[in-house]
Amino acid sequence: MDAIFSSIFSAEFVFSVLRVSTPLIFVSLAALVVRNGGVMCIAFEGMMLFSALGAVIGSAFAQNQIVGVLLGLIMGMAIAAIFAYFVLVLNSNGVLTGLALNILGSGGTVFMLYLISGDKGSSTALKSLMIPNINIPIIKNIPILGEIISGHNVLTYVALLTVVFVYLLINKTPLGLRIRSVGENPHAAESVGIKVVKTKFIALMIGGFIASLGGIYMSMGYLPFFTRDMMAGRGFMGIAAQNLGQGLTFPTFIAALLFGSAEALSNIMQSLRLPSELMQMVPYIFTLVGLMLVGGDKNKKASKKEAKNE
Amino acid sequence: MNNVKDEYILSMENITKIYGNGFMANKNVNLRVKKGEIHALIGENGAGKSTLMKVLFGQEQPEEGKIIYKGKEVKITNPLVALDHGIGMVHQHFMLAPSLTVAENMVLGIEPKNKGFFDYAEAVRLTSEVSKKYNLPIDPNAKVKDLPVGYKQRVEILKILLRGVDVLILDEPTAVLTPQETDELFVQLRELRKQGYTIIFISHKLKEVKSLCDNLTVLRNGRVTGIASVADLSEQDISRLMVGRDVSLTIEKDSPKTKKTVLKVRNLTYKNSDNKALVSNVSFSIREGEILGIAGVEGNGQREISALITGLEEKQSGDIYLFDEEISSQSIRKLREKGVSHISEDRMTFGTVADASVEENLISDRFYKKEFNKNGLLDAKKIADLSNKLIKEYLVKCDSKNAEIKTLSGGNIQKVVAAREFSANPKLIIANQPTRGIDVGASEFIRKKLISLRDKGSAVLLISADLTEVITVSDSLLVMNEGKIVAYFDDTNDLTEETVGEYMLGIKHQTAEEIGGCCYE
Repeated sequence: MDAIFSSIFSAEFVFSVLRVSTPLIFVSLAALVVRNGGVMCIAFEGMMLFSALGAVIGSAFAQNQIVGVLLGLIMGMAIAAIFAYFVLVLNSNGVLTGLALNILGSGGTVFMLYLISGDKGSSTALKSLMIPNINIPIIKNIPILGEIISGHNVLTYVALLTVVFVYLLINKTPLGLRIRSVGENPHAAESVGIKVVKTKFIALMIGGFIASLGGIYMSMGYLPFFTRDMMAGRGFMGIAAQNLGQGLTFPTFIAALLFGSAEALSNIMQSLRLPSELMQMVPYIFTLVGLMLVGGDKNKKASKKEAKNE
Repeated sequence: MNNVKDEYILSMENITKIYGNGFMANKNVNLRVKKGEIHALIGENGAGKSTLMKVLFGQEQPEEGKIIYKGKEVKITNPLVALDHGIGMVHQHFMLAPSLTVAENMVLGIEPKNKGFFDYAEAVRLTSEVSKKYNLPIDPNAKVKDLPVGYKQRVEILKILLRGVDVLILDEPTAVLTPQETDELFVQLRELRKQGYTIIFISHKLKEVKSLCDNLTVLRNGRVTGIASVADLSEQDISRLMVGRDVSLTIEKDSPKTKKTVLKVRNLTYKNSDNKALVSNVSFSIREGEILGIAGVEGNGQREISALITGLEEKQSGDIYLFDEEISSQSIRKLREKGVSHISEDRMTFGTVADASVEENLISDRFYKKEFNKNGLLDAKKIADLSNKLIKEYLVKCDSKNAEIKTLSGGNIQKVVAAREFSANPKLIIANQPTRGIDVGASEFIRKKLISLRDKGSAVLLISADLTEVITVSDSLLVMNEGKIVAYFDDTNDLTEETVGEYMLGIKHQTAEEIGGCCYE
């Protein structure tokens, strides 16, 4: 027990929370933008897998990180665009379409990986590049704080900036207002001349962009290569985090950090030779408990409102 | 000649609208509105008021006719074109996003910007400005979902005023308001008229029209039956223009042989989530072998009464007894087993399952019973026998018992519902708008069935907005207005539509003793 506590109350642990939370922050913000637009999208897992693979292929063949990031974004957003086309234009069921794209992501990435590298498990044969870590001058010299904040991957800082970006987008721009109105009452939006399908499409593409950054981080930052099914449900945890945050930016960010801490904790416990399968459950149990708390709270509020009306 | 035309800011000439299913909603309708007046467009449900306004607001395109606005012919292809011309509409269902603030809703689509960002402060300023200008106070920072209904409506009115309209269409604006809110709305509308705005006020409430409007156009069955100055007509005159029928209905029936009381409703009151009483203090009884009708314009509490008796809605106060047993806490299956049958006014939501077959719909209330099961499985043969028998008996036109319900016509769907409900040996039948929107043949069939069930001893509650139907089929009649019973007639034989119409439209009101005649033990 002591070993666990001394591990948790250390700068390295907090550092690792940020490291592990980065993809969750990205995908939960993506889910938030899309949800505000009133679209139920569960295809983030598929988007992230394709963007992670795209990043590896791009950077390996061009030997250039920027090409890697671009190819990752293109592949991830292509999945978002397919989802948007099916759901918004062809009016197909969002859950089924999302499910199909996730399965396509799982199988399709392995297939492409095998074609390119001859390996079905990981991309270690390809010499893909990583996005560098950076030390922040001055701050890195501050004890403890420096150890926590400095030295992260570039994309971790981008994730933190994305929190601010999404907050401004949703709450402070005309587009954000339109996304929210379309999500809440499409008829109201339509009656004042807002194009509902177009607005939802934009929301989905912004979501696809942000989620793809999360996928790219997984194969160019968190790990130096692509492995099959490397998202391990992060796409869904992101959806859960924005649910916990009730569609609000900062609560969603906190929820993503919370899930990240659970994952960091399970990593520590594994190194302490607790059974690893048990510990891998921790973040998912966190997710379930979190959803339970939100759900219970909502029910209570609803019944209170009813009681008031009596 | 020109002068006469200039007098009208808007005129709709010879509008004819036929819907895809062949239903003619408007036939050669003319509507002429003067600048600066409040013009009432009145008529019963289904008279074609909403269709005419949808044509004006660009939501429907007419087959024939033209719209002349401010002296020029205009083509209004969608609501935005209407808004551009200066015609705005306040819908019955508000076009607002509940979790956004008043100011955000106000400027949606025309957001003020500052360096690319949404300028919320400016939105608040614009809102306050409009609200002050028209003397309609509102808190710009309040979230719409926290506002009472009257204020939501005010936001809608302000929203179209902000967009610079000259003509406001209000679609039954008082339907959702309490009496106090209605008074307040009228003060606001008179104020707008003073400032030169033109208002088209859709309603079927004569008192409101009399107190608020200058001129009126009456629609009945898609045609104009009257154009006049409000001052020239009494409420009785208007009522006659609204309710007369083109076809008369005769139906043969013996006088009722009533026995013991089946249903007793006492002091039933039901409020919606905005605390508006939709049903207030309603009491009545029905005996075996009797059809009690409830007449009234739709939305005056009839739907709620049928939902409360059949268990679809939870009771708030009052008592409902079936054979002297309080039933309102019982499950719907229990109620059905005790002999309550229900024809819902919404046959596609509560009456049937659209994707299921005729057969499945016919047994949906009894599939679990022993007689239809064998060794834990459904007894296909028995079920098929029953379905074929019912399809034949009720003259349901369908390819086979396996046809999906949604492939049937409205009249045949209603016959499937009737077949199921009437074959369940009902002691009490709640029939809510049983013949709405279906063809003459199917309507007559269902009416005759109701009478034959009453002759066999069932008690029937017939709720209908069709006055001819409710007067001819029922043995005794209640009239509802604004959630209250306003009249009771123990014999419908010499009753005329005009008499019932006057009560239904709120012109007359019986005394409590007269109404009390409908309560017995």
